[in-house]
Formats: sequence, C-alpha cells, structure tokens
Amino acid sequence: MLIAVLSGFILAAFAPWLTRSLGDKAGWILALLPAGLFAYFLTWVPVVITDGAQVVHYPWIPGLDISLSILVDGLSLLFALLISGIGTFIIIYAGGYLHGHEDLPRFYAIMFSFMAAMLGVVLSNNIITLFVFWELTSITSYLLIGFHHEQKDARWFALQGLLVTVGGGLALLAGLIMLALAGGGSFELSEILANEDLREYGFYTGMVILILAGTFTKSAQVPFHFWLPNAMAAPTPVSAFLHSATMVKAGVYLMARLNPGIGGTELWLYALGIFGALTMFTGSFMALRSTGLKAVLAYTTIMALGTLTMLIGIGTEQAIIAAMTFLLAHALYKASLFMLAGALDHETGTKDITKLGGLRRLMPITFVTACIAALSLAGLPPLFGFIAKELMFEAALQAPTIGLFFTVLAVLSAIMIVAMAAVFALRPFIGDLKETPKKPHEAPLSMLIGPVVLASLSLIFGLVGFLPAAALVAPAVESVYGAPIDFDLYLWHGINLPLMLSVLAVALGLLLFWKWNAVLAVFSRMTFIDRFGPERGYEKLMDGLVWLAAWQTRLLQNGYMRNYLITIVLTTVALTGWTLFVHAGSPMPLGDISFSLHEIVVAGLVVMGAIVASVTSSRLGAVATLGMVGFGIALIYVFFSAPDLGTTQIMVETLTVILLVLVLFRLPSFQKLSSTASRMRDAVVAVSLGGLMTLLILAVNAVEVTEPISDQLVAWSYPEAHGRNIVNVILVDFRALDTLGEIFVVGLAAIGVYAMIRLRAEDKAK
Amino acid sequence: MNSMGSLILRTTARFLLPLLLLFSVFVLLRGHDEPGGGFIAGLVAAVGFALYLFAFDAARTKPLLVMEPQVMVGAGLLAATVSGILPVFAGLPFFTALWWPVEMPGFGEVKFSTPLIFDIGVYMVVLGSVMKIILALAEAEE
Repeated sequence: MLIAVLSGFILAAFAPWLTRSLGDKAGWILALLPAGLFAYFLTWVPVVITDGAQVVHYPWIPGLDISLSILVDGLSLLFALLISGIGTFIIIYAGGYLHGHEDLPRFYAIMFSFMAAMLGVVLSNNIITLFVFWELTSITSYLLIGFHHEQKDARWFALQGLLVTVGGGLALLAGLIMLALAGGGSFELSEILANEDLREYGFYTGMVILILAGTFTKSAQVPFHFWLPNAMAAPTPVSAFLHSATMVKAGVYLMARLNPGIGGTELWLYALGIFGALTMFTGSFMALRSTGLKAVLAYTTIMALGTLTMLIGIGTEQAIIAAMTFLLAHALYKASLFMLAGALDHETGTKDITKLGGLRRLMPITFVTACIAALSLAGLPPLFGFIAKELMFEAALQAPTIGLFFTVLAVLSAIMIVAMAAVFALRPFIGDLKETPKKPHEAPLSMLIGPVVLASLSLIFGLVGFLPAAALVAPAVESVYGAPIDFDLYLWHGINLPLMLSVLAVALGLLLFWKWNAVLAVFSRMTFIDRFGPERGYEKLMDGLVWLAAWQTRLLQNGYMRNYLITIVLTTVALTGWTLFVHAGSPMPLGDISFSLHEIVVAGLVVMGAIVASVTSSRLGAVATLGMVGFGIALIYVFFSAPDLGTTQIMVETLTVILLVLVLFRLPSFQKLSSTASRMRDAVVAVSLGGLMTLLILAVNAVEVTEPISDQLVAWSYPEAHGRNIVNVILVDFRALDTLGEIFVVGLAAIGVYAMIRLRAEDKAK
Repeated sequence: MNSMGSLILRTTARFLLPLLLLFSVFVLLRGHDEPGGGFIAGLVAAVGFALYLFAFDAARTKPLLVMEPQVMVGAGLLAATVSGILPVFAGLPFFTALWWPVEMPGFGEVKFSTPLIFDIGVYMVVLGSVMKIILALAEAEE
C-alpha cells in the first residue's frame, strides 16, 4: 500500500528520462502506472465492503507521533479510484495534447508527483502526513498551472493559486492541530473521529473556522473562488485533472472526511450550507457570462464544488448520498468535457465558443461524446448526472433549516447549467462551419479515448445505477455519514417534486440557451462585476504586502553589515545577559579554572590576533591575523580532544583565506571611514559580547542542572550505532534529521551567494 | 588568476589534487570510527580543487568536478534524503540506520550502511556548495 501511494513520486524521478527515451509512445506507457494503481485499488473494494475500513500502519517519525498510516475506507477508495482512473486517461491525453512539446518530460515529472501527492491526501490516516501531502498538491499544482512559464499570465495565476491555497493551508495546519488536541492528542484520523465529544471541545468554533479556511480556499468556495478559473492558464490535461478528481476536490474530501467527527452542528450546517449554496449560484452565474470553452467548464466546477459543500453541510442521509453520487457523476463528466474542450482548442486553434460552429461533420466523435457528457452535466436522463441532480434537489428540499434558500439557489443554478451545457455541446458543432485559425479535423486516439470512456461510464452508471451504488457510493456514504445507510440509485423515482423542479429547470434552461446571444450582450455591459470582485481584493492585498515588505526591508535590511551585527550582538547581549543575571542568583557561581602554560600561550596569541586584526591598517595583515585567531582556536579544540572540530576549523580557515584572497582584489584600497566615536562604540559592543560569553561559560561550568546528554550518547555510540567517533555518529545517525536540515541550508546558502555574485556581474556588464 | 600560477605551484597542484581527493575519501570513510566524516572530507576535497584553481583557472578546474557543482549539491541532498527514507520501506522509522556488514578479503569487515550514504550526501553538498561559490568568484574575477 505504501509503495502504491509513493510510486508516483518514484516514477516522477525517472519520468523525464523515460519520456525522452520512449518518444511518441511515452504517454501510453507511462499511463500503465496509474492504470495499475487503479486495478490495485479495485482489489480493495471487496475488502472494504465486507470488512469495513482498513488501517495500514508504517512508522515514520515515532518520536513525534508521526506515522505513515493509511486509511482505506469507502471515501478514500472512491477518491483513489477517481484519481488513478482519470489520471490514466490524463497521462495518455497529455501525450497527444503536448505532443512534441520540449517540456513534456518535465510535465510528466510534475504530473506524477502531483498525482502521488493527491493519493497521499486521500489515503493518509495521520493528519500531519495528510497536511504534508496537502501542501505538496499546492506546490505541484503551482508548477503545473505555471507550466507555460514564459507567459506572464501563467506565472501570475500560478502564484495566485499557490498563495490562496497555501494561505488557507496555514490556517488548516492550526485547525488540524486543534483537532488532534480535541481528539485527545492522537494524530490518527481513525482515532480522532471515533471520539464522540469533538463537538464539545472548548475551541470548537475556532477549530472549525480554521479548518474551513483551508478547505474553502482549496475547494474555491466564495469568496476564494477566483483562483480556480485563472488556473486555466495550465495546459488542458492539467485543468481536466485539477477540476475533475484532484486538487479542488481535496477540500471537499477533507470536509467529507471530518463530517462524522465535527459535522452536524449549527455552525457546520450554516457555514457549509450557505457558503456552498452561494458558491453554487456564483459558479453557474459566472459560467453563463463566459464564452471560453475552458472558462465555462471552470465555472461549472465552482458550481459543483459549491453543491458538494452545501450537501455535506446539510448532512442528512439524503444529502450525503446525494453528495457522493454527485461527486462521482461530476468527476466523470467534468474530466470528459475538459478533455473535449482541449481537443477542440487543439484542433481548431481557438477556445472561444462564439467563434466555433458547424464542426459536427468534421469532428463527429467529439460531437457525440460532448453531447453525452453535457447531458450528464445538465442532469438529464438517462445519464448518471440526472440521478445525482434529483438526489440533490431532494436533499435541498428536506434540509433541516433554510430548505427554501437551498432549493431556490439549486434550481436557479440548474437552469443556468442546463443552458451552458447546451451551449457547450451544441454551439461549436451545429450551424454553419466557421473560419478557425487551424483547419479542424478529429483529434488523435490518445486525446479521444479518455473522454469517450468516461462519458460512456456516465451513461452506463445512469442505466445501471445499482452497480456503482453498491460498490463505490455506498461505502463512501458510510464513511462520510458515520453509519451505514441502505439505499439504491435508479433513474425513475415517480412523479415527485424533484422531478417537477428538473422539468422546470430544463425548460427555462433551454429558453436561456435559445436567447444566449442576448444574455451575453446584457452581461457584456455589466463590467462592474469584474471591477468589484474578490479578485480585486486579492490584488489590493498583494499590493499592500509588497508595500509592507518594502517598508520593513528599508527599515531592517538596510544593507549595512555593521548595523546588522550591532543589532544581533546587542539583542543577544541584552536577552542572554538579562536571563543570566536574573536566574543565576547572586553572587553568580563561577566555576574553577586552572590553566596550563601552553593554553595560556595559545589564548594569548588568539587575543593578540584579534586586537591586531581590528586596528591594523593593512588588509592583508587583517586577513593574516584573522587566520591566526582561527588556527589558534583550532589548536584549542585539539587540546580538548576534539580533533574533528579542529580539522574542520583548519579547513574552514584555509577556505576563508582563499575566498578572501579571491575578493581582495575587488576591494578599494584600505581607508579609514568611521569616526573615532563610532569605533569606540563598536569596541564597547564587541567587548560586551565577549564579556558576556566569558561569564556565561564560567557560570555554566559551575552549575550542572541535569546530567549531560553526552554521557548517554557516548554509551550508545558503539553498541547502537556501530561507530567509535561520537561526533560523526551524532551527525549522521543520532541527529541525522538536524544534519539534513543543515545541509539543505548549506545548499541554499551556496545558491544565494552564487545569485549575488552573478547579479553583480550582470549589473556591471550592463 | 593565470598570472598567479607559477610553474612550481602548477606542478605541485597537479600532484596534490589527486592526493587530497584520495585523502578526502579516506577521511570520509574512516569518519565513523576515527576523526573524520563527510563534512571535513568535503572541505578537504574543496581545498584541493581550490589549490588547483589558483594554479590554473576556473575553466580548467570545472571539468575535473565531473558534474556541475549545483548538480552535486542536489545529488548530495537526494542521497541524504533517500538514506533516511530507505528504512521506511523496511518498516522502520524515518532515519533508522540500516547496516549491511560485508566481509572483504584483505580489508576485513566493511560496514555499508545508510549513515554512510548520508555522509556521502553531506560530502557532496559541502564540496558542491564551496565549489559553486569559489568558481563563481573566480569566474567573476576573470
């Protein structure tokens, strides 16, 4: 199981090389991994149905209670199947869509990382690992949205998506930690959610708000919805994947996952219900105003996310059944529609619906598939989308409170969605053939197989609703509702209120479709929507942030080394000194010290070197005397039997001298620039630090608060770590995680220094 | 930089670089039991290359590194991270040391282990980072 989750990352590492060596067929062959994963997850379906939720446990950092534990239940399995199943077709599709693109290898590398991260989110049982994977999806989707990095727009929108979702992610982290505290300190979802009194937790309201801040930003709920349509800057395969089964669904997943534990309260109902319903309406309304193929679909995704959030908020049996059915239906038709939109764009050269027409003869397969998928989007029988929409109406009607509000918004949205589904499926294909930038023809097999299979599934699932109901939806409903519910999915429910509402929505929707040109004309005059949307708020916020950063940089990072040093030294002296004098007691205990002659000689040399270095007027002299200080310290290390430190010190000293010599020629001749007063000030600062450190060491020598850890480490070193050199054993074994952090810092520092040197050189060249 | 390289320095550097590199590998491998380790070894190797750089120039030193310094940093970080992840696949916590002692004729027992992989990673990061900076400075000089 662990390998199944991480295999995407492993393949990602080899994907660039594989893509290059496999050539044209790369997409088909790479798709074997998600296809294999799909088959593997399928084998879990009977296990989950018969034995219930399974937890697979791998220790990761047991000291911090973080483990790679995997939770396989109906909900995670439904998501895992969608991710791997749709992922398979997306990988194949990308091979055709980005055929011959020079960055295709890079694309596959990021895509597989993204897929693996997404699988990690939905399968994690530990909330810390869940959060890590959650953030990984944000980062990898940033790289995917900004794939066309040479375009300014793509970079801007990628950053927008990243900042919105990662900003929410910060809140989520706090919320998840509170969740762990509320659940009695365990980080395992299965244990937290089994806890009955999560809702009585003292900070319940704060916790829910923080968690929802994370899920609402991720799942593009109003008012954070603006990043999602902008994420269309990504290549179409990415959009199709992001919108249908992954990324934005992560937020929905988490809300569904936590529903049995923290859902069901008034706060939950109103927050999810109202924001979800508003998002649903906003999405449909904005879809109606759009003319781009992908824009229409992006806004209908927002509609779907709003619907799901609303349904989870309502939280009745009906609502949860509706939510899981809707989730499956949406994933199928949305992936299919997005891939078709990409095919249209790819083969005609435009994605503006108003510029397309009459393609039914030239692209017949695309036409038929689009019709089927759009019927599911519009929620017409006999498609799976119809079942989902009927259930949704029923759930809205039976909501415990404000049912009317939900129902009205749901019907209004449905009307607009019917219109846009018709626009999408018919406008590009009927009427007279219009002139397009490219000569249109049917897309290649790699770009059609995905939409055709997924659209067919929409049709099959609609006709034999009991099949997906029993295998996929029912186990998922059980995990979200918290208890098993007996139900069937079928097309015909008899003549009832939901059916009447559907008929009404379809009739009005078709009317809207018929008058769409007039509607567009009205909307094109309503430019205030763009002027005052939440996106403006985001831009204002970003401007403010840049201003604040510039202001505090001018204040703190003023570029004067001496100011930095004085600030650091004085802060250290003040804080440490204060603590020392307050806590050490009076008179301050000072340890005994005895010297041997050679120690005094070396110490004297070091002090002399330091004094000469600070008063000399020769630069080379300063370098040489600083070297004397360094080598003196190295000698002291050797005296106190730390040969490792001594050797390292000597190496560092040598390299420092080399680096200094390299830059020495660039410096102007030695000048005395500071006034005597400021030199005196510097001397006081320097001596105060030296004095403090001396006192500190003497005091530390005198008191022994606890037994030093070093004895224990020495005792463990050989039997536990097979090493006699304790320093090295600590570095590479006992404290390896610290060292890992440190070498990352070393690497980053090298990049930073390199960038500074290069920028200077380039400035000069100009 | 060329002006600085005397004949003596060049001749010495040519002999000292391989010796220092060999020494650095020695320091790296003995690190677990005797004074040494990846950090020091990386610095020793960097000093060797720096000496060569002084004797010759950046253009002639760079190819000797086999790979670009930034690639070396990346490879080192990867090696160190992988050494931490490997035990997870064996069902042990992150960064648990794994040991594979091998009996080598003539050498006695050689201990292959994930800490050794980790130390090699540290070695590469240190060498790569220092070389990146020194080469950039030297190139800016030229």
